[in-house]
Amino acid sequence: MLNYEELSAHARNIRRNIVKMVTEAKSGHPGGSLSAVEIMTYLYFNEMDVDMKNVTSYDRDRFVLSKGHASPALYAVLSEKGFIDERELSTFRAINSRLQGHPNMNYVSGVDMSTGSLGQGLSCATGMALSNKIDENDHRVYVLIGDGESEEGQIWEAAMAAAHYKLDNLCAFLDCNGLQIDGKVTDVMNPTPLDKKFEAFGWHVINIDGHDYAQIEKALEEARNTKGQPTAIMAKTVKGKGVSFMENQVGWHGSAPSAEQCEQALKELED
Amino acid sequence: MGKIATREAYGKALAKLVVEQDDVVVLDADLSKSTKTADAKKARPDRHFNMGIAEGNMMAVAAGLAASGKTVFASSFSIFATGRAFEQVRNSICYPHLNVKVCGTHAGITVGEDGASHQSVEDMACMSAIPGMTVICPADGIETEQAIYAVYEHDGPCYVRLGRSAVEDVHPEGYEFEIGKGVVLREGKDIALVACGVMVQESLKAAKMLEEHGLNVTVVNMATIKPVDVELLVELAKTHKTIYTLEEHNVIGGLGSMVCQTLAQTVPTKCVCIGMLDSFGESGKPDQLMDKYGLSAEKVVERILATK
Repeated sequence: MLNYEELSAHARNIRRNIVKMVTEAKSGHPGGSLSAVEIMTYLYFNEMDVDMKNVTSYDRDRFVLSKGHASPALYAVLSEKGFIDERELSTFRAINSRLQGHPNMNYVSGVDMSTGSLGQGLSCATGMALSNKIDENDHRVYVLIGDGESEEGQIWEAAMAAAHYKLDNLCAFLDCNGLQIDGKVTDVMNPTPLDKKFEAFGWHVINIDGHDYAQIEKALEEARNTKGQPTAIMAKTVKGKGVSFMENQVGWHGSAPSAEQCEQALKELED
Repeated sequence: MGKIATREAYGKALAKLVVEQDDVVVLDADLSKSTKTADAKKARPDRHFNMGIAEGNMMAVAAGLAASGKTVFASSFSIFATGRAFEQVRNSICYPHLNVKVCGTHAGITVGEDGASHQSVEDMACMSAIPGMTVICPADGIETEQAIYAVYEHDGPCYVRLGRSAVEDVHPEGYEFEIGKGVVLREGKDIALVACGVMVQESLKAAKMLEEHGLNVTVVNMATIKPVDVELLVELAKTHKTIYTLEEHNVIGGLGSMVCQTLAQTVPTKCVCIGMLDSFGESGKPDQLMDKYGLSAEKVVERILATK
Protein backbone atom coordinates (compact mmCIF):
# COMPACT_ATOMS: atom_id res chain seq x y z
CA MET A 1 0.00 0.00 0.00
CA LEU A 2 1.32 3.40 -0.93
CA ASN A 3 0.73 6.34 1.36
CA TYR A 4 -1.21 9.34 0.10
CA GLU A 5 1.95 11.30 -0.58
CA GLU A 6 3.30 8.53 -2.77
CA LEU A 7 -0.05 8.28 -4.55
CA SER A 8 0.02 12.05 -5.10
CA ALA A 9 3.48 11.80 -6.66
CA HIS A 10 2.20 9.18 -9.13
CA ALA A 11 -0.92 11.26 -9.81
CA ARG A 12 1.25 14.27 -10.61
CA ASN A 13 3.24 12.27 -13.17
CA ILE A 14 0.05 10.88 -14.60
CA ARG A 15 -1.42 14.39 -14.99
CA ARG A 16 1.77 15.65 -16.63
CA ASN A 17 1.68 12.76 -19.07
CA ILE A 18 -2.00 13.35 -19.86
CA VAL A 19 -1.27 16.98 -20.74
CA LYS A 20 1.80 16.04 -22.78
CA MET A 21 -0.01 13.27 -24.71
CA VAL A 22 -2.95 15.43 -25.68
CA THR A 23 -0.70 18.34 -26.60
CA GLU A 24 1.52 16.17 -28.77
CA ALA A 25 -1.44 14.46 -30.43
CA LYS A 26 -3.08 17.86 -30.92
CA SER A 27 -6.35 16.13 -29.99
CA GLY A 28 -7.87 14.07 -27.22
CA HIS A 29 -9.86 14.59 -24.05
CA PRO A 30 -7.91 16.26 -21.24
CA GLY A 31 -10.81 17.43 -19.03
CA GLY A 32 -12.40 14.08 -18.25
CA SER A 33 -8.98 12.42 -18.04
CA LEU A 34 -7.76 14.82 -15.37
CA SER A 35 -10.93 14.48 -13.29
CA ALA A 36 -10.43 10.70 -12.96
CA VAL A 37 -6.75 10.65 -11.95
CA GLU A 38 -7.08 10.09 -8.18
CA ILE A 39 -9.66 7.33 -8.65
CA MET A 40 -7.59 5.47 -11.23
CA THR A 41 -4.30 6.01 -9.39
CA TYR A 42 -5.77 4.59 -6.21
CA LEU A 43 -7.31 1.61 -8.05
CA TYR A 44 -4.12 0.67 -9.91
CA PHE A 45 -1.68 1.26 -7.04
CA ASN A 46 -3.60 0.36 -3.89
CA GLU A 47 -6.67 -1.63 -4.76
CA MET A 48 -6.40 -3.97 -7.74
CA ASP A 49 -4.16 -7.05 -7.76
CA VAL A 50 -2.62 -6.21 -11.12
CA ASP A 51 1.11 -6.41 -11.74
CA MET A 52 3.65 -7.20 -14.45
CA LYS A 53 3.21 -10.92 -13.86
CA ASN A 54 -0.55 -11.18 -14.21
CA VAL A 55 -1.34 -8.25 -16.48
CA THR A 56 -1.66 -10.41 -19.60
CA SER A 57 -4.19 -12.69 -17.93
CA TYR A 58 -7.79 -12.10 -16.95
CA ASP A 59 -7.29 -14.11 -13.77
CA ARG A 60 -7.09 -10.97 -11.61
CA ASP A 61 -9.02 -7.82 -10.71
CA ARG A 62 -9.94 -5.81 -13.77
CA PHE A 63 -10.83 -2.26 -14.73
CA VAL A 64 -13.14 -1.13 -17.51
CA LEU A 65 -12.89 2.48 -18.65
CA SER A 66 -16.48 2.88 -19.73
CA LYS A 67 -15.80 6.54 -20.51
CA GLY A 68 -13.24 5.46 -23.08
CA HIS A 69 -12.41 8.99 -24.18
CA ALA A 70 -10.43 9.32 -20.94
CA SER A 71 -7.87 7.01 -22.56
CA PRO A 72 -4.97 9.42 -21.82
CA ALA A 73 -5.59 8.82 -18.11
CA LEU A 74 -5.60 5.04 -18.64
CA TYR A 75 -2.43 5.03 -20.76
CA ALA A 76 -0.68 7.35 -18.31
CA VAL A 77 -1.63 5.10 -15.38
CA LEU A 78 -0.50 1.98 -17.27
CA SER A 79 2.78 3.71 -18.03
CA GLU A 80 3.17 4.68 -14.37
CA LYS A 81 2.64 0.99 -13.51
CA GLY A 82 5.33 0.02 -16.02
CA PHE A 83 2.97 -1.79 -18.42
CA ILE A 84 3.67 0.78 -21.15
CA ASP A 85 7.05 2.37 -21.85
CA GLU A 86 6.67 6.07 -21.03
CA ARG A 87 8.28 6.97 -24.37
CA GLU A 88 5.44 5.25 -26.18
CA LEU A 89 2.96 7.75 -24.75
CA SER A 90 4.09 10.26 -27.36
CA THR A 91 2.54 8.03 -30.06
CA PHE A 92 -0.97 8.53 -28.63
CA ARG A 93 -3.52 8.90 -31.47
CA ALA A 94 -0.80 8.70 -34.15
CA ILE A 95 -0.80 6.31 -37.09
CA ASN A 96 0.49 2.79 -36.29
CA SER A 97 0.32 3.42 -32.54
CA ARG A 98 -1.06 0.92 -30.06
CA LEU A 99 -2.45 3.86 -28.14
CA GLN A 100 -5.69 4.41 -30.02
CA GLY A 101 -7.87 7.45 -29.39
CA HIS A 102 -10.20 5.13 -27.52
CA PRO A 103 -8.66 2.03 -25.87
CA ASN A 104 -8.24 -1.27 -27.71
CA MET A 105 -7.81 -4.27 -25.40
CA ASN A 106 -5.97 -6.31 -28.03
CA TYR A 107 -3.17 -3.79 -28.44
CA VAL A 108 -2.15 -3.06 -24.86
CA SER A 109 -1.88 -5.46 -21.92
CA GLY A 110 -3.63 -3.77 -19.06
CA VAL A 111 -6.43 -2.37 -21.19
CA ASP A 112 -9.11 -4.78 -19.99
CA MET A 113 -11.87 -3.84 -22.45
CA SER A 114 -12.13 -1.99 -25.73
CA THR A 115 -14.36 0.99 -25.06
CA GLY A 116 -15.27 4.31 -26.57
CA SER A 117 -18.92 4.02 -27.43
CA LEU A 118 -20.52 5.38 -24.27
CA GLY A 119 -22.80 3.26 -22.14
CA GLN A 120 -21.32 -0.13 -23.07
CA GLY A 121 -18.52 -0.47 -20.51
CA LEU A 122 -20.80 -1.00 -17.52
CA SER A 123 -22.43 -3.91 -19.37
CA CYS A 124 -19.02 -5.37 -20.23
CA ALA A 125 -17.94 -5.06 -16.60
CA THR A 126 -21.19 -6.75 -15.61
CA GLY A 127 -20.29 -9.65 -17.91
CA MET A 128 -16.84 -9.91 -16.33
CA ALA A 129 -18.29 -9.88 -12.81
CA LEU A 130 -20.82 -12.53 -13.86
CA SER A 131 -17.95 -14.65 -15.21
CA ASN A 132 -16.15 -14.36 -11.86
CA LYS A 133 -19.32 -15.55 -10.12
CA ILE A 134 -19.59 -18.51 -12.51
CA ASP A 135 -15.96 -19.39 -11.80
CA GLU A 136 -16.46 -18.78 -8.07
CA ASN A 137 -13.29 -16.70 -7.80
CA ASP A 138 -12.68 -13.61 -5.66
CA HIS A 139 -11.61 -11.24 -8.42
CA ARG A 140 -13.29 -7.86 -8.47
CA VAL A 141 -14.28 -5.72 -11.42
CA TYR A 142 -14.08 -1.91 -11.38
CA VAL A 143 -15.61 0.37 -13.93
CA LEU A 144 -15.44 4.13 -14.46
CA ILE A 145 -18.50 5.86 -15.88
CA GLY A 146 -18.99 9.51 -16.72
CA ASP A 147 -21.94 11.42 -15.33
CA GLY A 148 -22.77 12.57 -18.86
CA GLU A 149 -22.40 8.97 -20.00
CA SER A 150 -25.17 7.96 -17.62
CA GLU A 151 -27.61 9.62 -20.04
CA GLU A 152 -27.18 6.47 -22.14
CA GLY A 153 -30.10 4.09 -21.57
CA GLN A 154 -27.77 1.11 -21.59
CA ILE A 155 -26.22 2.26 -18.29
CA TRP A 156 -29.58 1.58 -16.66
CA GLU A 157 -30.08 -1.73 -18.46
CA ALA A 158 -26.71 -2.79 -17.04
CA ALA A 159 -27.49 -1.35 -13.60
CA MET A 160 -30.65 -3.46 -13.55
CA ALA A 161 -28.80 -6.62 -14.62
CA ALA A 162 -25.88 -6.23 -12.18
CA ALA A 163 -28.28 -5.78 -9.25
CA HIS A 164 -30.51 -8.60 -10.49
CA TYR A 165 -27.59 -11.02 -10.46
CA LYS A 166 -26.36 -9.63 -7.11
CA LEU A 167 -22.90 -8.83 -8.46
CA ASP A 168 -21.25 -7.66 -5.26
CA ASN A 169 -17.90 -8.18 -6.98
CA LEU A 170 -18.68 -5.20 -9.23
CA CYS A 171 -17.87 -1.63 -8.22
CA ALA A 172 -18.68 1.37 -10.40
CA PHE A 173 -17.22 4.83 -10.03
CA LEU A 174 -19.30 7.71 -11.37
CA ASP A 175 -16.86 10.44 -12.37
CA CYS A 176 -19.26 13.30 -11.61
CA ASN A 177 -17.40 16.24 -13.08
CA GLY A 178 -20.65 17.90 -14.05
CA LEU A 179 -19.74 18.73 -17.65
CA GLN A 180 -20.26 17.11 -21.04
CA ILE A 181 -19.41 18.28 -24.56
CA ASP A 182 -22.36 20.61 -24.99
CA GLY A 183 -22.36 22.12 -21.53
CA LYS A 184 -23.37 21.37 -17.96
CA VAL A 185 -24.68 17.85 -17.51
CA THR A 186 -27.72 19.29 -15.72
CA ASP A 187 -28.42 21.65 -18.65
CA VAL A 188 -27.90 19.24 -21.54
CA MET A 189 -29.97 16.31 -20.26
CA ASN A 190 -30.19 16.17 -16.52
CA PRO A 191 -29.42 12.63 -15.29
CA THR A 192 -29.43 13.58 -11.58
CA PRO A 193 -29.95 12.47 -8.90
CA LEU A 194 -27.59 9.68 -9.92
CA ASP A 195 -27.17 8.37 -6.37
CA LYS A 196 -30.93 7.98 -5.91
CA LYS A 197 -31.27 6.34 -9.31
CA PHE A 198 -28.57 3.73 -8.63
CA GLU A 199 -30.07 3.15 -5.21
CA ALA A 200 -33.48 2.61 -6.79
CA PHE A 201 -31.88 0.13 -9.20
CA GLY A 202 -30.70 -1.92 -6.23
CA TRP A 203 -27.11 -0.75 -5.83
CA HIS A 204 -25.27 0.17 -2.67
CA VAL A 205 -24.37 3.84 -3.13
CA ILE A 206 -21.58 5.89 -1.57
CA ASN A 207 -21.01 9.63 -2.12
CA ILE A 208 -17.42 10.89 -1.97
CA ASP A 209 -15.02 13.58 -3.10
CA GLY A 210 -13.28 11.87 -6.00
CA HIS A 211 -9.99 13.66 -5.40
CA ASP A 212 -9.66 12.64 -1.74
CA TYR A 213 -7.65 9.43 -1.26
CA ALA A 214 -8.96 8.84 2.25
CA GLN A 215 -12.54 8.93 1.00
CA ILE A 216 -11.70 6.73 -2.01
CA GLU A 217 -9.99 4.23 0.28
CA LYS A 218 -12.91 4.12 2.70
CA ALA A 219 -15.48 3.77 -0.08
CA LEU A 220 -13.58 0.90 -1.69
CA GLU A 221 -13.40 -0.88 1.63
CA GLU A 222 -17.13 -0.41 2.09
CA ALA A 223 -17.70 -1.75 -1.44
CA ARG A 224 -15.63 -4.84 -0.69
CA ASN A 225 -17.64 -5.47 2.44
CA THR A 226 -21.01 -4.98 0.75
CA LYS A 227 -22.59 -8.34 0.00
CA GLY A 228 -25.46 -9.22 -2.30
CA GLN A 229 -25.45 -6.03 -4.36
CA PRO A 230 -23.04 -4.04 -6.53
CA THR A 231 -21.65 -0.74 -5.30
CA ALA A 232 -21.76 2.61 -7.08
CA ILE A 233 -19.39 5.28 -5.81
CA MET A 234 -20.57 8.77 -6.73
CA ALA A 235 -17.30 10.66 -6.99
CA LYS A 236 -17.69 14.40 -7.11
CA THR A 237 -14.81 15.60 -9.26
CA VAL A 238 -13.53 18.68 -11.05
CA LYS A 239 -13.19 18.45 -14.80
CA GLY A 240 -9.67 19.45 -15.81
CA LYS A 241 -8.48 19.04 -12.19
CA GLY A 242 -4.93 20.24 -11.54
CA VAL A 243 -4.62 22.64 -14.47
CA SER A 244 -6.01 26.03 -13.41
CA PHE A 245 -7.23 27.18 -16.79
CA MET A 246 -8.88 23.82 -17.56
CA GLU A 247 -10.76 23.38 -14.29
CA ASN A 248 -14.55 23.40 -14.70
CA GLN A 249 -14.22 24.66 -18.28
CA VAL A 250 -16.47 22.83 -20.72
CA GLY A 251 -14.20 23.75 -23.65
CA TRP A 252 -11.49 21.42 -22.35
CA HIS A 253 -13.62 18.31 -22.80
CA GLY A 254 -12.10 17.45 -26.13
CA SER A 255 -9.51 19.99 -27.18
CA ALA A 256 -5.73 20.06 -26.98
CA PRO A 257 -3.62 22.76 -25.35
CA SER A 258 -1.18 24.85 -27.37
CA ALA A 259 2.56 24.53 -26.68
CA GLU A 260 2.44 27.56 -24.35
CA GLN A 261 -0.62 26.28 -22.54
CA CYS A 262 1.08 22.92 -22.15
CA GLU A 263 4.12 24.58 -20.66
CA GLN A 264 1.99 26.49 -18.18
CA ALA A 265 0.08 23.34 -17.25
CA LEU A 266 3.29 21.37 -16.67
CA LYS A 267 4.61 24.19 -14.52
CA GLU A 268 1.47 24.00 -12.38
CA LEU A 269 1.92 20.24 -12.14
CA GLU A 270 5.48 20.39 -10.79
CA ASP A 271 6.07 19.17 -7.26
CA MET B 1 -36.54 -36.81 -44.35
CA GLY B 2 -37.25 -34.87 -41.18
CA LYS B 3 -38.77 -31.45 -40.79
CA ILE B 4 -37.70 -29.14 -37.99
CA ALA B 5 -37.24 -25.40 -37.52
CA THR B 6 -33.58 -24.38 -37.41
CA ARG B 7 -34.26 -22.66 -34.05
CA GLU B 8 -35.40 -26.04 -32.67
CA ALA B 9 -32.20 -27.66 -33.88
CA TYR B 10 -30.24 -24.78 -32.34
CA GLY B 11 -31.89 -25.38 -28.95
CA LYS B 12 -31.10 -29.08 -29.08
CA ALA B 13 -27.49 -28.56 -30.15
CA LEU B 14 -26.89 -25.86 -27.55
CA ALA B 15 -28.38 -28.03 -24.80
CA LYS B 16 -25.76 -30.66 -25.62
CA LEU B 17 -22.88 -28.22 -26.07
CA VAL B 18 -23.48 -26.39 -22.79
CA VAL B 19 -23.22 -29.68 -20.92
CA GLU B 20 -20.13 -30.81 -22.83
CA GLN B 21 -18.15 -27.56 -22.59
CA ASP B 22 -17.54 -25.71 -19.34
CA ASP B 23 -16.73 -22.42 -21.04
CA VAL B 24 -20.12 -22.08 -22.75
CA VAL B 25 -22.47 -19.45 -21.35
CA VAL B 26 -25.92 -18.78 -22.80
CA LEU B 27 -27.69 -15.41 -22.71
CA ASP B 28 -31.22 -14.64 -23.76
CA ALA B 29 -33.44 -11.56 -23.72
CA ASP B 30 -36.79 -12.84 -22.46
CA LEU B 31 -37.38 -15.01 -25.52
CA SER B 32 -35.80 -18.26 -24.39
CA LYS B 33 -38.93 -20.28 -25.10
CA SER B 34 -39.03 -18.94 -28.65
CA THR B 35 -35.30 -18.92 -29.41
CA LYS B 36 -35.14 -22.37 -27.77
CA THR B 37 -32.25 -21.50 -25.49
CA ALA B 38 -34.66 -22.70 -22.79
CA ASP B 39 -33.40 -26.18 -23.72
CA ALA B 40 -29.90 -25.18 -22.66
CA LYS B 41 -31.29 -23.67 -19.47
CA LYS B 42 -32.96 -26.97 -18.67
CA ALA B 43 -29.79 -28.89 -19.43
CA ARG B 44 -27.52 -26.64 -17.36
CA PRO B 45 -29.38 -23.93 -15.42
CA ASP B 46 -26.23 -22.33 -13.98
CA ARG B 47 -24.90 -21.49 -17.44
CA HIS B 48 -28.02 -19.74 -18.73
CA PHE B 49 -28.73 -16.10 -17.86
CA ASN B 50 -31.85 -14.25 -18.81
CA MET B 51 -30.87 -10.63 -19.43
CA GLY B 52 -34.44 -9.41 -19.76
CA ILE B 53 -35.80 -7.21 -22.53
CA ALA B 54 -32.55 -5.31 -22.97
CA GLU B 55 -30.69 -6.57 -26.03
CA GLY B 56 -27.99 -3.91 -26.13
CA ASN B 57 -26.96 -4.69 -22.58
CA MET B 58 -27.10 -8.42 -23.31
CA MET B 59 -24.60 -8.12 -26.16
CA ALA B 60 -22.12 -6.08 -24.12
CA VAL B 61 -22.51 -8.42 -21.13
CA ALA B 62 -21.72 -11.22 -23.58
CA ALA B 63 -18.58 -9.31 -24.54
CA GLY B 64 -17.54 -9.04 -20.88
CA LEU B 65 -18.06 -12.77 -20.38
CA ALA B 66 -16.06 -13.50 -23.54
CA ALA B 67 -13.31 -11.15 -22.33
CA SER B 68 -13.12 -13.50 -19.34
CA GLY B 69 -12.55 -16.61 -21.43
CA LYS B 70 -16.14 -17.72 -21.90
CA THR B 71 -17.70 -18.69 -25.23
CA VAL B 72 -21.05 -16.97 -25.24
CA PHE B 73 -24.18 -17.80 -27.22
CA ALA B 74 -26.42 -14.72 -27.13
CA SER B 75 -29.88 -15.05 -28.56
CA SER B 76 -32.91 -13.00 -29.37
CA PHE B 77 -35.08 -12.53 -32.42
CA SER B 78 -32.80 -11.73 -35.31
CA ILE B 79 -34.20 -8.21 -35.75
CA PHE B 80 -33.31 -7.25 -32.16
CA ALA B 81 -30.03 -9.15 -31.94
CA THR B 82 -28.66 -7.54 -35.10
CA GLY B 83 -30.72 -4.36 -35.30
CA ARG B 84 -31.42 -3.05 -31.82
CA ALA B 85 -28.03 -4.24 -30.58
CA PHE B 86 -26.08 -3.55 -33.78
CA GLU B 87 -23.64 -1.13 -32.29
CA GLN B 88 -22.99 -3.25 -29.21
CA VAL B 89 -22.24 -6.20 -31.50
CA ARG B 90 -20.00 -3.97 -33.57
CA ASN B 91 -18.06 -2.15 -30.86
CA SER B 92 -18.05 -4.45 -27.83
CA ILE B 93 -17.96 -7.83 -29.61
CA CYS B 94 -16.48 -7.54 -33.10
CA TYR B 95 -13.98 -4.72 -32.62
CA PRO B 96 -12.18 -6.66 -29.84
CA HIS B 97 -12.81 -9.92 -31.81
CA LEU B 98 -14.45 -11.72 -28.89
CA ASN B 99 -15.96 -15.17 -28.83
CA VAL B 100 -19.61 -14.25 -28.87
CA LYS B 101 -21.92 -16.24 -31.11
CA VAL B 102 -24.94 -14.11 -31.91
CA CYS B 103 -27.74 -16.53 -32.73
CA GLY B 104 -30.75 -14.70 -34.11
CA THR B 105 -33.95 -16.65 -34.54
CA HIS B 106 -37.19 -15.68 -36.30
CA ALA B 107 -35.27 -14.29 -39.27
CA GLY B 108 -37.02 -13.38 -42.50
CA ILE B 109 -40.67 -13.33 -43.48
CA THR B 110 -41.40 -16.91 -42.42
CA VAL B 111 -41.90 -15.41 -38.95
CA GLY B 112 -45.43 -15.06 -40.29
CA GLU B 113 -48.26 -13.42 -38.39
CA ASP B 114 -46.15 -11.13 -36.17
CA GLY B 115 -45.56 -9.00 -39.24
CA ALA B 116 -42.84 -6.74 -40.59
CA SER B 117 -41.67 -5.32 -37.25
CA HIS B 118 -40.48 -8.81 -36.33
CA GLN B 119 -39.30 -10.00 -39.75
CA SER B 120 -35.63 -9.15 -40.25
CA VAL B 121 -34.77 -8.75 -43.91
CA GLU B 122 -31.53 -6.84 -43.36
CA ASP B 123 -29.76 -8.79 -40.59
CA MET B 124 -27.21 -10.50 -42.84
CA ALA B 125 -26.38 -7.15 -44.44
CA CYS B 126 -25.79 -5.54 -41.03
CA MET B 127 -23.70 -8.41 -39.71
CA SER B 128 -21.72 -8.95 -42.93
CA ALA B 129 -20.71 -5.30 -42.97
CA ILE B 130 -18.88 -5.61 -39.64
CA PRO B 131 -15.16 -6.40 -40.08
CA GLY B 132 -14.24 -9.88 -38.84
CA MET B 133 -17.80 -11.11 -38.42
CA THR B 134 -18.64 -14.58 -39.75
CA VAL B 135 -22.20 -14.94 -41.06
CA ILE B 136 -23.95 -18.29 -41.37
CA CYS B 137 -27.50 -19.13 -42.43
CA PRO B 138 -28.11 -22.89 -42.13
CA ALA B 139 -30.62 -24.62 -44.39
CA ASP B 140 -31.96 -27.34 -42.13
CA GLY B 141 -31.81 -28.91 -38.69
CA ILE B 142 -28.88 -31.19 -39.53
CA GLU B 143 -26.77 -28.30 -40.75
CA THR B 144 -27.79 -26.09 -37.82
CA GLU B 145 -26.51 -28.57 -35.28
CA GLN B 146 -23.20 -28.80 -37.14
CA ALA B 147 -23.00 -25.03 -37.48
CA ILE B 148 -23.47 -24.51 -33.75
CA TYR B 149 -20.53 -26.83 -33.06
CA ALA B 150 -18.51 -25.12 -35.80
CA VAL B 151 -19.06 -21.62 -34.44
CA TYR B 152 -18.15 -22.87 -30.97
CA GLU B 153 -14.80 -24.05 -32.36
CA HIS B 154 -14.31 -20.90 -34.45
CA ASP B 155 -12.13 -18.20 -32.90
CA GLY B 156 -14.03 -14.93 -33.07
CA PRO B 157 -17.51 -13.49 -33.40
CA CYS B 158 -20.17 -15.23 -35.46
CA TYR B 159 -23.74 -14.54 -36.47
CA VAL B 160 -26.02 -17.53 -37.04
CA ARG B 161 -29.35 -16.80 -38.75
CA LEU B 162 -32.15 -19.12 -37.71
CA GLY B 163 -35.79 -19.49 -38.69
CA ARG B 164 -39.06 -19.85 -36.84
CA SER B 165 -40.86 -22.23 -39.20
CA ALA B 166 -40.03 -25.88 -39.85
CA VAL B 167 -37.86 -26.63 -42.87
CA GLU B 168 -37.25 -29.91 -44.65
CA ASP B 169 -33.94 -31.70 -44.24
CA VAL B 170 -31.90 -31.08 -47.36
CA HIS B 171 -28.77 -32.82 -46.14
CA PRO B 172 -28.24 -36.51 -45.45
CA GLU B 173 -27.38 -37.69 -41.94
CA GLY B 174 -23.63 -37.58 -41.52
CA TYR B 175 -23.35 -34.36 -43.53
CA GLU B 176 -20.39 -32.31 -42.42
CA PHE B 177 -20.72 -28.56 -42.35
CA GLU B 178 -17.62 -26.43 -42.70
CA ILE B 179 -17.55 -22.64 -42.25
CA GLY B 180 -16.88 -20.99 -45.61
CA LYS B 181 -17.72 -24.00 -47.76
CA GLY B 182 -20.74 -24.19 -50.02
CA VAL B 183 -22.24 -27.56 -50.91
CA VAL B 184 -23.56 -28.75 -54.27
CA LEU B 185 -26.81 -30.54 -53.54
CA ARG B 186 -27.85 -31.13 -57.14
CA GLU B 187 -25.66 -31.08 -60.21
CA GLY B 188 -26.88 -29.56 -63.45
CA LYS B 189 -25.33 -27.62 -66.28
CA ASP B 190 -27.58 -24.80 -67.48
CA ILE B 191 -28.17 -22.55 -64.52
CA ALA B 192 -27.09 -22.63 -60.88
CA LEU B 193 -29.27 -21.72 -57.92
CA VAL B 194 -27.16 -20.52 -55.01
CA ALA B 195 -29.32 -20.37 -51.90
CA CYS B 196 -29.24 -20.16 -48.14
CA GLY B 197 -31.63 -20.92 -45.30
CA VAL B 198 -35.21 -21.79 -46.16
CA MET B 199 -34.54 -20.96 -49.81
CA VAL B 200 -32.47 -24.13 -50.19
CA GLN B 201 -35.56 -26.33 -49.89
CA GLU B 202 -37.45 -24.02 -52.29
CA SER B 203 -34.54 -24.17 -54.74
CA LEU B 204 -34.52 -27.97 -54.74
CA LYS B 205 -38.27 -27.98 -55.46
CA ALA B 206 -37.86 -25.32 -58.13
CA ALA B 207 -35.03 -27.26 -59.77
CA LYS B 208 -37.27 -30.28 -60.16
CA MET B 209 -40.05 -28.19 -61.71
CA LEU B 210 -37.61 -26.49 -64.05
CA GLU B 211 -36.55 -29.87 -65.40
CA GLU B 212 -39.99 -30.09 -67.02
CA HIS B 213 -39.15 -26.89 -68.83
CA GLY B 214 -35.97 -28.46 -70.16
CA LEU B 215 -33.61 -26.73 -67.75
CA ASN B 216 -30.83 -28.70 -66.12
CA VAL B 217 -30.33 -26.98 -62.77
CA THR B 218 -27.52 -27.01 -60.21
CA VAL B 219 -28.49 -26.26 -56.61
CA VAL B 220 -25.92 -25.04 -54.10
CA ASN B 221 -26.41 -24.47 -50.39
CA MET B 222 -24.26 -21.45 -49.56
CA ALA B 223 -24.76 -21.51 -45.81
CA THR B 224 -21.79 -19.28 -45.07
CA ILE B 225 -22.54 -15.84 -46.45
CA LYS B 226 -19.29 -14.49 -45.07
CA PRO B 227 -16.64 -15.57 -45.82
CA VAL B 228 -18.35 -16.79 -48.97
CA ASP B 229 -16.97 -19.80 -50.88
CA VAL B 230 -15.19 -17.93 -53.68
CA GLU B 231 -13.68 -21.05 -55.20
CA LEU B 232 -17.05 -22.74 -55.62
CA LEU B 233 -18.64 -19.58 -57.02
CA VAL B 234 -15.89 -19.22 -59.61
CA GLU B 235 -16.35 -22.84 -60.62
CA LEU B 236 -20.11 -22.37 -60.93
CA ALA B 237 -19.67 -19.20 -62.98
CA LYS B 238 -17.34 -20.97 -65.39
CA THR B 239 -19.74 -23.83 -65.97
CA HIS B 240 -23.17 -22.16 -65.91
CA LYS B 241 -24.83 -19.54 -68.08
CA THR B 242 -26.61 -17.72 -65.26
CA ILE B 243 -26.31 -17.72 -61.47
CA TYR B 244 -29.44 -17.21 -59.41
CA THR B 245 -29.12 -16.25 -55.76
CA LEU B 246 -32.00 -17.04 -53.42
CA GLU B 247 -32.44 -15.67 -49.91
CA GLU B 248 -35.22 -14.83 -47.49
CA HIS B 249 -33.61 -11.43 -47.01
CA ASN B 250 -33.38 -8.14 -48.82
CA VAL B 251 -31.52 -8.56 -52.11
CA ILE B 252 -29.36 -5.65 -50.95
CA GLY B 253 -26.49 -6.61 -48.67
CA GLY B 254 -27.10 -10.33 -48.28
CA LEU B 255 -26.19 -13.46 -50.23
CA GLY B 256 -27.06 -11.91 -53.61
CA SER B 257 -24.81 -8.93 -53.06
CA MET B 258 -22.01 -11.17 -51.81
CA VAL B 259 -22.22 -13.44 -54.88
CA CYS B 260 -22.45 -10.54 -57.36
CA GLN B 261 -19.53 -8.75 -55.74
CA THR B 262 -17.45 -11.91 -55.79
CA LEU B 263 -18.18 -12.80 -59.41
CA ALA B 264 -17.81 -9.23 -60.70
CA GLN B 265 -14.22 -9.39 -59.47
CA THR B 266 -13.44 -12.89 -60.72
CA VAL B 267 -15.57 -14.37 -63.51
CA PRO B 268 -18.16 -11.74 -64.49
CA THR B 269 -21.36 -13.69 -65.00
CA LYS B 270 -25.03 -12.83 -65.31
CA CYS B 271 -26.60 -13.02 -61.86
CA VAL B 272 -30.24 -12.72 -60.89
CA CYS B 273 -30.95 -11.97 -57.23
CA ILE B 274 -34.11 -13.50 -55.83
CA GLY B 275 -35.15 -12.32 -52.39
CA MET B 276 -37.05 -9.50 -50.76
CA LEU B 277 -36.99 -6.75 -53.36
CA ASP B 278 -36.14 -3.93 -50.99
CA SER B 279 -39.45 -4.26 -49.21
CA PHE B 280 -40.72 -5.11 -45.73
CA GLY B 281 -42.87 -8.15 -45.14
CA GLU B 282 -46.29 -8.18 -43.49
CA SER B 283 -48.57 -10.39 -41.40
CA GLY B 284 -49.78 -13.66 -42.88
CA LYS B 285 -49.08 -17.37 -42.91
CA PRO B 286 -45.47 -18.15 -43.78
CA ASP B 287 -46.39 -19.99 -47.01
CA GLN B 288 -48.70 -17.16 -48.08
CA LEU B 289 -45.91 -14.66 -47.50
CA MET B 290 -43.37 -16.78 -49.37
CA ASP B 291 -45.75 -16.83 -52.30
CA LYS B 292 -46.68 -13.15 -52.19
CA TYR B 293 -43.04 -12.04 -52.00
CA GLY B 294 -41.92 -14.35 -54.79
CA LEU B 295 -39.97 -16.81 -52.66
CA SER B 296 -42.06 -20.00 -52.99
CA ALA B 297 -40.72 -22.62 -55.40
CA GLU B 298 -43.57 -21.88 -57.81
CA LYS B 299 -42.82 -18.15 -57.86
CA VAL B 300 -39.11 -18.82 -58.16
CA VAL B 301 -39.77 -20.96 -61.22
CA GLU B 302 -41.84 -18.17 -62.79
CA ARG B 303 -39.10 -15.65 -62.16
CA ILE B 304 -36.39 -17.93 -63.56
CA LEU B 305 -38.37 -18.71 -66.70
CA ALA B 306 -38.87 -14.98 -67.22
CA THR B 307 -35.18 -14.14 -66.83
CA LYS B 308 -33.23 -17.14 -68.13
